[in-house]
Amino acid sequence: MTDLSKIRNFSIIAHIDHGKSTLADRLIQACGGLTEREMSEQVLDNMDIEKERGITIKAQTVRLSYTAKDGETYELNLMDTPGHVDFAYEVSRSLAACEGALLVVDAAQGVEAQTLANVYQSIEHDHEIVPVINKIDLPAAEPERVAEEIEEIVGIQATGPWAEGGAVLASAKSGLGVEDVLEALVARIPPPQGDRDAPLKASLVDSWYDPYLGVVILVRVIDGVLKKGLNVRFMQGGTQHLVDRVGCFRPKRTDLAEIGPGEIGFITAQIKEVDQARVGDTITTVKGGADKPLPGYREPQPVVFCGLFPVDAADFEKLRESIGKLRLNDASFTYEMESSAALGFGFRAGFLGLLHLEIIQERLSREYDLDLITTAPSVVYRVHLGKTKNEDAKVIDIHNPADWPDVNRIDAIEEPWIKATIYTPDEYLGPILKLCQDRRGVQTNLTYVGGRAQVTYELPLNEVVFDFYDRLKSISRGYASFDYEQIGLREGDLVKMNILVNAEPVDALSLIVHRTVAEERGRGMCERLKDLIPRHLFKIPIQAAIGGKIIARETIAALRKDVTAKCYGGDITRKKKLLEKQKKGKARMREYGNVSIPQEAFIAALRMGEE
Amino acid sequence: MALALYIHWPFCRSKCPYCDFNSHVRENFDSKQWGVGLRSDMRHESSVTCDEPLTSIFFGGGTPSLMPPELVDSLLTEAESLWGFAPGIEITLEANPTSIEADNFAALALAGINRVSLGIQSLEQEALHFLGREHSADEALAALAIAQEHFDRVSFDLIYARPGQSADAWFGELDRALALGTDHLSLYQLTIEPGTRFATDVRRGAFTPLDEDSAADLFAATRERMRAAGLPAYEVSNHARPGQESAHNLTYWRYRDFAGIGPGAHGRRGGRATVRHRKPENFLSAIARNGHGIAEERVLPLREQAEEAVLMGLRLDEGIDLDALAGRFGLSRDTLVSARKLEQLVEQKLVEATEERIALTESGMLLLDRVVAELLVGAPETV
Repeated sequence: MTDLSKIRNFSIIAHIDHGKSTLADRLIQACGGLTEREMSEQVLDNMDIEKERGITIKAQTVRLSYTAKDGETYELNLMDTPGHVDFAYEVSRSLAACEGALLVVDAAQGVEAQTLANVYQSIEHDHEIVPVINKIDLPAAEPERVAEEIEEIVGIQATGPWAEGGAVLASAKSGLGVEDVLEALVARIPPPQGDRDAPLKASLVDSWYDPYLGVVILVRVIDGVLKKGLNVRFMQGGTQHLVDRVGCFRPKRTDLAEIGPGEIGFITAQIKEVDQARVGDTITTVKGGADKPLPGYREPQPVVFCGLFPVDAADFEKLRESIGKLRLNDASFTYEMESSAALGFGFRAGFLGLLHLEIIQERLSREYDLDLITTAPSVVYRVHLGKTKNEDAKVIDIHNPADWPDVNRIDAIEEPWIKATIYTPDEYLGPILKLCQDRRGVQTNLTYVGGRAQVTYELPLNEVVFDFYDRLKSISRGYASFDYEQIGLREGDLVKMNILVNAEPVDALSLIVHRTVAEERGRGMCERLKDLIPRHLFKIPIQAAIGGKIIARETIAALRKDVTAKCYGGDITRKKKLLEKQKKGKARMREYGNVSIPQEAFIAALRMGEE
Repeated sequence: MALALYIHWPFCRSKCPYCDFNSHVRENFDSKQWGVGLRSDMRHESSVTCDEPLTSIFFGGGTPSLMPPELVDSLLTEAESLWGFAPGIEITLEANPTSIEADNFAALALAGINRVSLGIQSLEQEALHFLGREHSADEALAALAIAQEHFDRVSFDLIYARPGQSADAWFGELDRALALGTDHLSLYQLTIEPGTRFATDVRRGAFTPLDEDSAADLFAATRERMRAAGLPAYEVSNHARPGQESAHNLTYWRYRDFAGIGPGAHGRRGGRATVRHRKPENFLSAIARNGHGIAEERVLPLREQAEEAVLMGLRLDEGIDLDALAGRFGLSRDTLVSARKLEQLVEQKLVEATEERIALTESGMLLLDRVVAELLVGAPETV
């Protein structure tokens, strides 16, 4: 056990590309965690998707031993927190396990919106924040300006020498200033507090499934001691387990005799599903345990839903198995079986946010080699139903347009809203404001800092779930950053819009829209489908309808001519190959009222075009 | 069992810009070596096919009218001695209508050729130039007259639906063609095939192919015109006075056995698909090594044979006897084509179904490739 005064628990806050992973790697290296040879680039991001997107999905932690200039050896626990708003709750649990944070800011680019959101969260947890201005060796670096910007925007001291409270100047890439960062950590971040003799209280920071160890649980011990052989109880989950291993990551997995108060480490307890080890739970002993759990626990709450169907109906079992396996490792998404008239059997899945949806989708196709059709993402609507002869008035939550009730029974509908914070170079502000306005946004704040603008909008979540982020990135050439938090439900005049192809409703394309934008959306979808559906032997009307009322219509003309002029003995093989190709293509299509719709059309139809 | 023999002659004097056939421009070829090679290839085929007499032979190319008549003669002699000839055997040779080639017609007739198919392609001088043909319109007419003098049956090809071609211009040309008195005409719509010079031209914007609607209208009107002239279409692009259809080509469309020899020739015989080496030099060295020019020989699964039979058979005006055809390959009609699709296609008036046969309607023929795909692709995969 390490003396509390020699422990420092901290996280790193940084915008994507500002050098968080590189700095983390340097810190590990400087403390002898890994030799140069063992350092694969960016040790902390484990998953391919994390590496590719430069985001962290699962919390990781590394314990480092650092002998400071005062001659003492410190235990530094670096907590790498998830870097996306979809995982805000997971972030908050990780932050709660720390006493401080390094705020890494690119010396050329300055403070970004996403960074700010995380800084504020960190401040809420009473963290001591040590600013680090990174990449100071870049030609475009302006450390003084950025230091002033940090003071102005974030409101913490950043100018002046680091020993007097200013920002540490560093270049993680070259290793410059890395020792200063470590010294600043030790000097400025307060040690944790805790009582070794009190009943055990450990916060469950994160959990994941390891094929060899079963579920691995990342913990921060508040009071008491966690040891192998201990019978523990999860206070929220209500289950009991025998701890069979305790340890930490340096970053290599290392077994320990115990984890004492103030320390961060991992345990395993022969748990098979992450669902049993929920983030935010409190771990205590079965005998003589704590009587109250730690505050702040929340059940994971999916906010975005969509249908996942195998392109090849024969893959349904494989999809079921794969989703089950993924769920072992990520308890934050939900799923239940769903059947669609044309898509066959699939699943309705709920996610923490859009990125989470994309990650699950990508992991299914990448790790499990599945071809999927994803239906229009939907949010959860709260529908107030009036009284009928047989039933009392009631309130229901709907996350699938297919379950939309009879309009005559609907008294009112509420939809989730978010507060979005967008940070952008001001030259892109015009189109961004228009985008927000088009999506029913209500502006609440607009401030200019230097050449940048920060704008805050309240937006209905259902206007954001399709392609808001893509559009934002495209109209700002990738410069705008976007961050959001949920701000509750508001009443809205929402209707269900059906898309009919050859007079047949296509359930996978139904969506809930606000009445004021229904016609425009309907027209857009019909126009896109006209281009996405190949011509058939007959003409195909495509209609958008609300109830029985057609609000938009396009027609795909019938194919006129498709015949090979010359086909003799030597051409049979070639014709046959063409047929085989058509067969393969057919497997990727779905039939609605005699019309074959290519798989790509489902998602593409939902993208609101480049106006 | 009837058997047809296809002989491919790969050489041309020049490559036409629309042609994607296996043709090669060579200054010279060794006639004797080719005679030896092709006869050897023929002997291989006779050793693996039934010993029924041949019902037809077809010299295709390339430009088989460039073959020395003695070579043609020696090949026919060999074929007759290997298989024997059925009574009324049809022996066709494709010919270019130049004066040089017309000079050989008498000798070719003497060698045993009784039908020629002339690649006239157009009666318009400008069009012949566009199509990269070596002959002039007058030269073609002269060659045709000589051919009609020497051969029992003469057919010629025209290419229409050319860029910018109006209906009036085409029907004027077609009427002049009909007046030439042949009992068989092959009328092909110009299609741009991948890998041809025309494909490059179109990509570069040198010309724009005729639009789909106009081409569709021309196709329908041409079939109408030919029916009225007494030479109705018996296949997508082939028109004949009844009884004057190409027996050899009917073998393909009715999916009966044919042996194919010579560079790049395909064959279907005894449930196997054969392909010869395409490049003339490779073909000859294969002959030297193996005694035959086969590059690939594959046993065709019954279902594949049945599907090929459907896609070829529906090109014919007579269509197919679905039950009999499926039965030929040990299948039932419902496992071969989708009954539901067939019903829809009949409803859409693209296919006509009687108790015995199914066939494309006039409007269906324009969409043949798609119709075939609908029928076969929608079928249950049971075999």
